[in-house]
Amino acid sequence: MNRLKQLFREKSADKDLLNIYFTAGFPALDQTVEIMEALQKAGADIIELGIPFSDPLADGPTIQQSSERALSNGMSLDVLFEQLKNMRTRVQIPIIMMGYLNPIMQYGLTRFLEQAKQVGIDGFIFPDVPMSEFEKEWKEPLEALDLTFSFLVTPQTTPSRVRQLDALTSGFLYAVSSSSTTGGSSTQQQEKQVSDYLRTLKSLKLKNPILAGFGIRSQADYHRINSEVDGAIIGSAFIKHLDEYGATEEHITQFVHSLKAPLV
Amino acid sequence: MKRASKYQVDEHGFYGRFGGSYIPEMLYPHIEELQQKYIEISESESFKKEFNKLLKDYVGRPSPLFFAERLSNKYACQIYLKREDLNHTGAHKVNNTIGQILLAKALNKKRIIAETGAGQHGVATATVCALMGLECVVYMGEKDVARQAPNVNRMRMLGARVEAVRSGSKTLKDATNEAIRDWINHPDSYYLIGSVVGPAPYPDMVARFQAVISEEIKWQLEEKIGRHHPDYVIACVGGGSNAAGAFYHFVDQEETQLIAVEAGGEGVHSGKTAATTALGTIGILHGSKSLMMQTADGQVVEPHSISAGLDYPGIGPFHAHLYDTGRAEFHAVTDQEALEAALELTKLEGIIPALETAHAFAVLKKKAFLPKDVIVINVSGRGDKDLASYIPYIQNQEHE
Ligand SMILES: Cc1ncc(COP(=O)(O)O)c(C=O)c1O
Repeated sequence: MNRLKQLFREKSADKDLLNIYFTAGFPALDQTVEIMEALQKAGADIIELGIPFSDPLADGPTIQQSSERALSNGMSLDVLFEQLKNMRTRVQIPIIMMGYLNPIMQYGLTRFLEQAKQVGIDGFIFPDVPMSEFEKEWKEPLEALDLTFSFLVTPQTTPSRVRQLDALTSGFLYAVSSSSTTGGSSTQQQEKQVSDYLRTLKSLKLKNPILAGFGIRSQADYHRINSEVDGAIIGSAFIKHLDEYGATEEHITQFVHSLKAPLV
Repeated sequence: MKRASKYQVDEHGFYGRFGGSYIPEMLYPHIEELQQKYIEISESESFKKEFNKLLKDYVGRPSPLFFAERLSNKYACQIYLKREDLNHTGAHKVNNTIGQILLAKALNKKRIIAETGAGQHGVATATVCALMGLECVVYMGEKDVARQAPNVNRMRMLGARVEAVRSGSKTLKDATNEAIRDWINHPDSYYLIGSVVGPAPYPDMVARFQAVISEEIKWQLEEKIGRHHPDYVIACVGGGSNAAGAFYHFVDQEETQLIAVEAGGEGVHSGKTAATTALGTIGILHGSKSLMMQTADGQVVEPHSISAGLDYPGIGPFHAHLYDTGRAEFHAVTDQEALEAALELTKLEGIIPALETAHAFAVLKKKAFLPKDVIVINVSGRGDKDLASYIPYIQNQEHE
């Protein structure tokens, strides 16, 4: 059974979910599985593993820089799959890969999906794959391999388009909390807009659970998002933390715990 | 939208296997708005009237078609120069910025974003923003800010904010990334792209606005020599907008040979080049599928060219399709060859071309033409901005 699907099947409505993103190959080339293991131990529920790309259009400066560093450290899909070979003996939580289409095109889609399945990946997020191409090239092999694919929706996505994207999505729908690149910040007024937006999205009664991301950084953000939808996705804030403190188990634990600690 | 030509864009935004729109959802509404409206607006009578009026009275069109006698004698053929360098702001870029600024106005946008390499598109954008009283932000790679200083100053004087881009190769590719990210973060802005690149509908939109170049060549040739199509059209290709404009009305005229010239940098196999068709493979860059220079792992390779406007690792999907189908012939010209060609044109015809443009002229040394051949070379821009590169070259020559 796909671990991501299982997670949502077993999840009770009031359970919070933390999905943490980091770029494979950052801060050092060969810490990928180590970081994943530490995240699992600390209590992350899902890991979103970033495949670095030279031109990450949807990303703000933090993730851009982590991608540049990862590439100059020597990260590539071949290296990554090699690192992930025995990952499932150490990490049991759902893992999804996030990236851009071009490196996958060069690697070969079929080969990529098969490799990913083999090392125990559960699903994908590729923000630049158009719906039409997804239906033509991705849908069938993903279903055959029982792998999920999350489309993004934003506050500007019309309800009818949200439904189309939801219909093609499996696993969870990725709600971009405000129309921005990753790592943006928000004011109190924007926070309210985000909550209103997520409420509207929920009211559409979509088939998929909803996780929200982009600009989520603090413990307060984490709890606020979880009170509206099924979970929160945190990326840039974690990358910054790794950059500042290093990828040690102690600091990763501290990051996750400080987010998940109940608000007093 | 009906497709008139197998070389033009289809209803899905593709040119053969190239093109399309590979963008994150955050950009979808922006692109969808353009896709829905660009044809309707740009084909309306009121738009065309305003566009043509500005091209005539503000840009100074039609640009002359000049018979280059001494150059023709030297190469034993008949060479005509399409003088886009005489446009206001000094390059073909302004044809497109006039078109897009009118589109932005029709869409009621108040803030304009642009990327620039050589700074010509940045200047042309800052110019039309000043003309229309709109806010203007131009992204330019840090490396280009340094090597195209005169244009940076012009943009600033015109009231634009110039943002130096420090990511990646610090040139046009990265400036384009930043401009697109700005657009994601400012949904109310208009992204005024400078070449026939980017997600659909941009490549077609920009080609349509530049098509005035070949439209004029047709009647100008008719007027001068009673022919409405030349044997060859030659143009340099960065993203490909001046070439797209010069080729546009001839693509279905198979007797006219189209020659596209890319920047070979220090040599196609030197590792310091921007010769996309020679080295490129199919991939996705800046939201469309085209040919680009990349590693086997799908990372975009940093290009090199002495000319900032050609220093780009891809080409627009229209050109990728012309290459794929064999409709156009592609050449790579090195930095050195371009410098020589620039000096030759200056000496023989009294025209100092932009470094980008100089690449097109270098083909005269690479290809044999017949005395009866009528060749149109698109002089995409003037060379004032490149004196800092020309002067040391000329001084070196004098020492030798
Ligand atoms: C004078 C001139 N020619 C050519 C180019 C290359 O652009 P394109 O290939 O879009 O015409 C530039 C770009 O900056 C330019 O300034």
